[in-house]
Amino acid sequence: MAVTWQHAIVVGASSGIGESIARKLAASGTSVALVARRQSELERVALASRGAGGKAEVFAHDVVDFDATPTLFDRIVATLGGLDLLVYASGVMPPIAESEWSFPKDRHTIEVNLLGAMAWCNPAGAHFEAQRGGTIVGVSSIAGERGRRGNPAYGTSKAALTAYLESLRNRLGRYGVRVVTVKPGFVDTAMTKGKPGLFWLVSADQAAERTLALARNGQGGFVPARWGLVALIIKLIPSFVFRRLNF
Amino acid sequence: MPAATSLANAPLRVVDGFGMAVRAACRYVAPRDVTELADALGRALREGMAVAFRGSGRSYGDASLNAPGLVVDTTGLNRILSWDPVAGVADVEPGVTIADLWHRTLPDGYWPAVVPGTMAPTIAGCAAMNVHGKNNFKVGPTGDHVLEFDLLAPDGRTLRCSREENPEVFHAAIGGFGALGAFTRIRLRLKRVESGLLRVRPIRNRTLEEAFDVFEERLPASDYLVGWLDGVADGRSLGRGVIHQANYLAAGEDPEGPARTLRVERQDLPSTILGFPRSLVWHFMGPFMTDPGLRLLNTAKYLAACLPPKGHSYLQSHAAFAFLLDYVPNWRLAYGRAGFIQYQPFVPKEHARRVFREILELCQREGLPPYLVVMKRHRPDPFLLTHAVDGYSLAMDFPARQRERLWSLCHQMSDRVVAAGGKFYFAKDAVLRPLDVERAFGRERLDRFLALKRWLDPAGILRSDLMRRVLPAG
Repeated sequence: MAVTWQHAIVVGASSGIGESIARKLAASGTSVALVARRQSELERVALASRGAGGKAEVFAHDVVDFDATPTLFDRIVATLGGLDLLVYASGVMPPIAESEWSFPKDRHTIEVNLLGAMAWCNPAGAHFEAQRGGTIVGVSSIAGERGRRGNPAYGTSKAALTAYLESLRNRLGRYGVRVVTVKPGFVDTAMTKGKPGLFWLVSADQAAERTLALARNGQGGFVPARWGLVALIIKLIPSFVFRRLNF
Repeated sequence: MPAATSLANAPLRVVDGFGMAVRAACRYVAPRDVTELADALGRALREGMAVAFRGSGRSYGDASLNAPGLVVDTTGLNRILSWDPVAGVADVEPGVTIADLWHRTLPDGYWPAVVPGTMAPTIAGCAAMNVHGKNNFKVGPTGDHVLEFDLLAPDGRTLRCSREENPEVFHAAIGGFGALGAFTRIRLRLKRVESGLLRVRPIRNRTLEEAFDVFEERLPASDYLVGWLDGVADGRSLGRGVIHQANYLAAGEDPEGPARTLRVERQDLPSTILGFPRSLVWHFMGPFMTDPGLRLLNTAKYLAACLPPKGHSYLQSHAAFAFLLDYVPNWRLAYGRAGFIQYQPFVPKEHARRVFREILELCQREGLPPYLVVMKRHRPDPFLLTHAVDGYSLAMDFPARQRERLWSLCHQMSDRVVAAGGKFYFAKDAVLRPLDVERAFGRERLDRFLALKRWLDPAGILRSDLMRRVLPAG
């Protein structure tokens, strides 16, 4: 059954897929809390959303400031007057050179892509369990399907995020809470800008449209759908072949 | 796991009222001793975080919920600090349960003077709600058997309270639903019993009027008196049911001998019900938790009570008579996802016959019959926010499937109850409005209570969902 939302938090709303999701939600009448690190970018998104007749509030927050999350979550829920949707779209993919071995980059990737999601999903999961309803949308990635040589921490963060969201889905389903994992392929955002070998590139707007369509139906999936076929194929490739591939 | 940097980052837990119709996502800490409890309160005070106490979670409504604040689980403070088997006096920590207590005291010939229908609640929970039992008309509520207690205020002050020392706080914290502080030690006197058994007499009542007649007739000769009423019976059968009278055995009356019947093992509840292991029974209760299913079940129960000859009696252990709610573990789950609420008005005896008839008829007119109805007799007591009156109560369980209609029905019932000078019981409540509470308890009593609260908790951090709902000024 398709759902609509009254009150939403979009984490990672200052750019890319998160920004597009936030703007589309606001345009459809949802009150949206915009959360991201850069206040000025959030103001820009809020202004545009309000200009289109939507309701948007700005909450500047760094997702790796885990200790601040629970209080901010409470403040947002109180400000919005409720919550029925959390979108976690924050993500980083720092470039890792062929022979580069950087723990700081790995750690930051895990902190933003995975631990930040956990920090937000804990209060949201508890809130939705108590409320017996709500939707959590996590933006994972096709990169979590296999351990590619290109960016070990990024793939790991997304594989873990996918497994984490599956656990939440199984944990919360009995309470009428939907947990939706979307796995984009290549999306034309700041994260992918200048990366070589991109194909089937979609705009952030298109990715957001598909993400929200999936979320409304409570179904996870690939963005766009054809990446599902790619995922199926790459999962079937034996390890000894996969390690010789150059991506 | 590293300690949370602040209570705002304490682990979350979704907790529900026993009826499962209300729940909340709360920060949750479970101190293991009084020092940790005081530390949690001190931190909450510094951080301005609302606190609610939770024992065994047996309050039916939102008394132990606190979203998005802190719930302090007191079940870890569960030591019986001392037990004097000569005087029958126990000093206990707040998280000691009724089960813990009688397991310790019955072999010495003492039974808790007041117990509710389950042995799961903590002693602090019983004191905070001033819980009553099936003998309320005779011995009063829990508070009447508390000799003294230590009350920990959020700022770390500990007040020793008794009828002589801080009597005002004594009479307000008992029945004060955790709004004034945390009980850290409670001293209570237990009831001397000569046997582990009670003499129980079932008495059938064909109508509501007859139920009142039986109560009035039997009261002087009863130690316990409780009525089960068929909440779906209507017309001339309205209020039909079975009343159980129970009496202590005098010395020498125990056919098995007290040495045997006072043993904890002799008190065990039956391990099977109709041949099924009791832990599985709730799975089969679903079909009976519908209006037609319940009509069938209640009729069978009523007719079964017609079979024994008049005057029939039997011996039953204290636990088996008292703890009916513990016979079927997890029975609350049979109500399904929507859960249930209990609504228990207390009405002075002059008006009880009329008001209970009106209430039961109203439920049936609205198509929301109560699934379980229990009638009891009460007497006044000296506690500030007591729910007891010189009259009767009717505890009614309603499935919470049609929530808005049910709440509206309860509000209509509350109007009738307060108009008749009635009261309510916070351990059971999920539906009262501030106006109901003000009319039931009176502005003067509420003001005295709030003045004590301002003295003990000036920052107002002791705030449960219940308090927010019924005491907005608190």
